[in-house]
Amino acid sequence: MNIAVLLSMVPDLVEELEIAPSGVALDTQWLRYLLSESDDHALEQALLLKERYGGKVTALALDRGEAEEALYTALARGADEAVKLTGIPEEGWGKRAAAAVVGAVLKESAPDLILTGVQAIDDMDGHMAGALAGILGLPFVGVTRSVDAPGAGKVLVQKEYPGGMAAEIEVDLPAVIGVLSAPQPPRYVPVARIREARKTRTISEREAPSVAAPEGLVIRRLFKPEPAERAEMLDGTPEEMARQIVTILENRGLVR
Amino acid sequence: MCGGSCPLAFAMEYTPRHSIYLLKEGLLDQVLKSNTLWLCVSCYNCTSRCPSGLKITDVLFPALRDAAMSAGHTLPAEFKKALDNTYRYGNSFGEAPRKRMDWARGAGVPVPIISQLKRPVEALWLVECYPAYHPRNQLQAQAMARVLHSMGVDFAVLGPEERCVGDCERLSGEAGLFESLVEKNIALFDKYEYDEIVTADPHAFNSLTRIYPDATGRQFPVRHYVEFLAARMDALRPLLGNRIEARVTYHDNCCLGRMSGLYESPRELLRAIPGISLVEMPFTRENALCCGGGGGGMWLDTVIWQAAHERLSDRRVAHALSTGADILAVSCPFEASRFEDALKSTGNEGKIVVKDIVELLDESAGTRGGMPA
Repeated sequence: MNIAVLLSMVPDLVEELEIAPSGVALDTQWLRYLLSESDDHALEQALLLKERYGGKVTALALDRGEAEEALYTALARGADEAVKLTGIPEEGWGKRAAAAVVGAVLKESAPDLILTGVQAIDDMDGHMAGALAGILGLPFVGVTRSVDAPGAGKVLVQKEYPGGMAAEIEVDLPAVIGVLSAPQPPRYVPVARIREARKTRTISEREAPSVAAPEGLVIRRLFKPEPAERAEMLDGTPEEMARQIVTILENRGLVR
Repeated sequence: MCGGSCPLAFAMEYTPRHSIYLLKEGLLDQVLKSNTLWLCVSCYNCTSRCPSGLKITDVLFPALRDAAMSAGHTLPAEFKKALDNTYRYGNSFGEAPRKRMDWARGAGVPVPIISQLKRPVEALWLVECYPAYHPRNQLQAQAMARVLHSMGVDFAVLGPEERCVGDCERLSGEAGLFESLVEKNIALFDKYEYDEIVTADPHAFNSLTRIYPDATGRQFPVRHYVEFLAARMDALRPLLGNRIEARVTYHDNCCLGRMSGLYESPRELLRAIPGISLVEMPFTRENALCCGGGGGGMWLDTVIWQAAHERLSDRRVAHALSTGADILAVSCPFEASRFEDALKSTGNEGKIVVKDIVELLDESAGTRGGMPA
């Protein structure tokens, strides 16, 4: 089975986010990017499938921030190929435009299974995976906690629903899966392996094809979160504070 | 000898000695699947006592951990996170390099950054990660800045450029990470001019004095502050004006003690403080019990607790309490928070005060004002 994993780089929140003077984008001066957490799980899921059933894993990333580091790390972890899509505009793309570009590339390579994170901190509503499936005209299941491939031509996924419910769904291949988590935490790869991958492996580079990107939302202005009402600080002995908490909860009808 | 000397052997599935015999029989997998490899806190007890001179701490345990990582074993989560963080940010906390100087705001004296000074200095101070980022250890870094400043030492720090020296990462078995830290740190050390390097971190001192030279074929002029300050007693002593009327017991940490034999300098500094009477606790000098934080121990507390149902720091504060001392003096950044936590978790909070030696010097010199409890 040929598996493609789409890796997205998202802003690293270790630095305070600042809004650029344009008012419609983040200030990228100090910004670093790291691999989106659920994409990390998507890669782990792909590697687990490969270990169990064989096949080939190709990691794919748009050239943004430290995408190269993420791709070498993917190779060190067990991916067979890494592809970097270059020619990304400075200000990046919206998710729908990015999905159109990635979709054009994946249409050509036609993998059996496309895995990516179900959401990212810059894609909280989880557009990417679904849009990709729409563009490619493939079945899509999102919010999965495991993907298995016990038979040919299909995968068996466990999808989570709110309220602790889950469903097991059989999906015909090719398909796009939006991964929430892999059945096990992403594996640690020793730094020596990443350094070795940097010396011995190559990342293929591909100019991002120009495709007419669908109109999406236009950002008119970015805001920093406005501070809400100030917190009320309690003081006194632990017993006094406990009584105050009980009174507050009672007054708000939260306890009877 | 190693099995009997190891303070955590009782909780290991195989003691170090047992592991060595299993490995000799080619049973690597059996050892890798055991809890043994995660219970070493690099106290060097086994190494310092081994009659055959085996490098159990520096070589065997890191090699086992390396083998486990390479074999794709699931690592303890906090441990993995610390390694990931060190690789990405140069510190195990996962803090922004830009925030590395935040501690200096509370120092009350200038803390020059060497890249901004643009001139050679007498001492390049490697602050290291815990003093730079951990709230408890920041107090110790601030005290150090005040003491150096009032002694008139011409010092500077690396600031946001500084990166972990990597001692705990090396002992955690992350050879590649250590190698990359060595490369980056050497480039940084070579960028500036200074007479010597001073650090408050015994682990950094351990790697810089013994391992960096092996890895690079070069020697680095590095001293821990206990030596650095003890050698400047003439400049230090006149500053120590405030009496600290207290019984003080000193905890010999593993890297300065067993690995470097620095037993006298810390005691000399404590004795120089007027009012202090020094008392020794059970298990001192080369027999001192480790605080449990070295070699990745800071990130393996959960695993160790699950296996041993105690932390070495819990046992060590009991030694300190048994002396009836008012103050437990330390000279390693891991210890202040570990011993304070241990006092709380063993129900002994408030019975003894944990202070770094440099904090006591700072108080006696009155650079901060105030007196200890």
